[in-house]
Amino acid sequence: MSIVIKRKPLNFLEKLYLPEIARGLSTTFKKIWEKPVTLEYPEQRPTIPEGYRGVPTLVKDPEGREKCVSCQLCEFVCPPKAIRITPGEIPEGSEYAHVEKGPQEFEIDMLRCIYCGMCQEVCPEEAIWLQNQFSLSGYSREELVNNKEKLYELGGTLPDEHFKWKKKKEAAEHGSGH
Amino acid sequence: MDVNPVILKFVYAAIVVSVIMGLCSYAVLAERKISSWIQGRVGPNRTSLPLIGGIPIIGRFLTRLGIFQPIPDGLKFLFKEDVVPAHVNKFYFIMAPVIALVPALTTVVVVPFGRFVTEAGEVIPLVLANVNVGLLFLFAISSLGVYGVVLAGWSSNSKYPFLGGIRASAQMISYELAMGVSVLPILIWVNAPGREGTLNLFDIAQAQNGFWFAMWMPVSAIIFLVCLFAETNRLPFDMAESETELVSGFHTEYSSFKFGLFFVGEYAHMVVGSCVFTLLFLGGWNPMPFVTLEALGFGEGILGAVLSVGIFLGKMCGMMFFFMWIRWTLPRFRYDQVMKLGWKILLPLSIANLVVYTIFIFYLDTKL
Amino acid sequence: MTDIFFYIFATAALAGALGVVFSRNTVNGAMCLIGTFLSMASLFVLLEAYFLAVIQVLVYAGAVMVLFLFIIMLLDVKESAAKKTSIYTWAASLIGFGILVTGVVAISASESIKNKAPTMPEASGTSLKAFGYELFTTYLLPMQVTGFLLLIAMIGVIVLSKKVNTE
Repeated sequence: MSIVIKRKPLNFLEKLYLPEIARGLSTTFKKIWEKPVTLEYPEQRPTIPEGYRGVPTLVKDPEGREKCVSCQLCEFVCPPKAIRITPGEIPEGSEYAHVEKGPQEFEIDMLRCIYCGMCQEVCPEEAIWLQNQFSLSGYSREELVNNKEKLYELGGTLPDEHFKWKKKKEAAEHGSGH
Repeated sequence: MDVNPVILKFVYAAIVVSVIMGLCSYAVLAERKISSWIQGRVGPNRTSLPLIGGIPIIGRFLTRLGIFQPIPDGLKFLFKEDVVPAHVNKFYFIMAPVIALVPALTTVVVVPFGRFVTEAGEVIPLVLANVNVGLLFLFAISSLGVYGVVLAGWSSNSKYPFLGGIRASAQMISYELAMGVSVLPILIWVNAPGREGTLNLFDIAQAQNGFWFAMWMPVSAIIFLVCLFAETNRLPFDMAESETELVSGFHTEYSSFKFGLFFVGEYAHMVVGSCVFTLLFLGGWNPMPFVTLEALGFGEGILGAVLSVGIFLGKMCGMMFFFMWIRWTLPRFRYDQVMKLGWKILLPLSIANLVVYTIFIFYLDTKL
Repeated sequence: MTDIFFYIFATAALAGALGVVFSRNTVNGAMCLIGTFLSMASLFVLLEAYFLAVIQVLVYAGAVMVLFLFIIMLLDVKESAAKKTSIYTWAASLIGFGILVTGVVAISASESIKNKAPTMPEASGTSLKAFGYELFTTYLLPMQVTGFLLLIAMIGVIVLSKKVNTE
């Protein structure tokens, strides 16, 4: 339903323009003395809200294990095809050998990435996260392709307590659970 | 020392013009700063000079204030690529910025900016050319400035500049009439029977040692001010430019140094306009109504002259601030509203004002 | 010094006037006319008729020609192609030229031009007040007649531009 708001007819003083102009001038004059609302960006940075979706990063669990198992779901779902994963084996002697796979190389081309967050949504391991990093710049195209080291450096460790693979191993050893 | 007076005049003119140019470049800075303050921003605050910017507290303060900003602004105009589009009329395209700037700088010649009282009590105006018809000269030359805009619009051979040029010419014609008529009461008062007739801006300013004209001719002052905004193409009357409608109006096709000339021309017009308003309505270099510099004891000599120039420049800067303040307060008029205001309101109002003041001044002169 | 300036500005005025007549581009013509007006104003300055010079610039160069340019641009007149001059045009220009020659010859041959021009009253040219006083006393009738002429022109324009009611 549309609402029609009748415009009030101007009274004599308003028709004269000048008093209203004076009113506007007084408003802007008061504004001059107010504190600026802008941030001076490189020095002052905005506070990033919780759950901000910035640059996609890879994370490790609190034990320092890289969570990605290189299932390549994110590579598959990525709309602009920004992600490229080279899967690799996890060596026999490792504590996590039962995970079987980990990324040998993991590249996200930030010139292609559209920050849609579908990689994070699709990841069964919660290994890829869009975090609070929002400003990315470089002088060459190569610089803007984040490789695995860069992604872990940006991502860091997330304090989740799932330990999914550890529990799985324990369950397999003790024959209980699933 | 005996110096050829013609050479001396050239030197004076060079000094005055460079002062005006400096004022223009700092007016641009002031515009940017005031706009940012009004809009809750910080404005230009990064540019710094190697040596002066390095002084502990002052250097930082000046940098924050943007004092050095005009230098890169000017250099940018000089060094940017100068594009002359293929479809323009080259002769007028190059001539237009010059035509826009020259009248603005020429009008400065008749604007007095202070006075010097010798020990004998003789009052010498500080002005390049003390012409008897100063006010008319000023109107005449400044009315030529519109050709720059019109020719720029026409020679660009493209639609938006063309519309801008046409709007500028129509607006100029509409507001010049009201502007001319609105100052007539002042001229009648200054030239009333028994006084020595003059159109000299210096004498008009000197005549305001009691009442300032803005005080007892407020309607004239307001009409003149509105027309001044229209003549200098400032918001709310920037029909020629109106960047939300015409890209950027008459100078859409201009770049680099040619655009810079237009830019400086606009601000030079503003500077001269502020000077004229100060001289005609705000008492020139009289510090307050009914208080002259002589009454304060600063009449004679160099000190008095410097004070008079200082007061005059102070008032002028106040007017410049007012120009900018209005710009960042009011939205632009619609084109038909501009025409309506000019022809249907300001012109009849100024004529009525003229008639009333003619009768009033006649009464004052004959009955008192 | 004054002579040199006179020759410069007189040449400029004549060149501008010729430009108005001969240029095919209307905007060029208008600009030439402005140049002529400005040179004329300079000639007035050389005659120490400052008021007249300023008014010349203010009214003609500053207002009338802006209107001219406005109209030219609004109508967007194209460069006129070379038309064949009709016999009437030839006849009219011949007659006009004849009248001009007769006038110039008659004036230059007459006695009054050989005499020195009468000296101006002391204050009439320089002081605006004296100028106005003369205009409203000695020359009141010519001024009123001029005003009346302008009024006729104005009424004519109003009549022409008024919409005609055909019913």
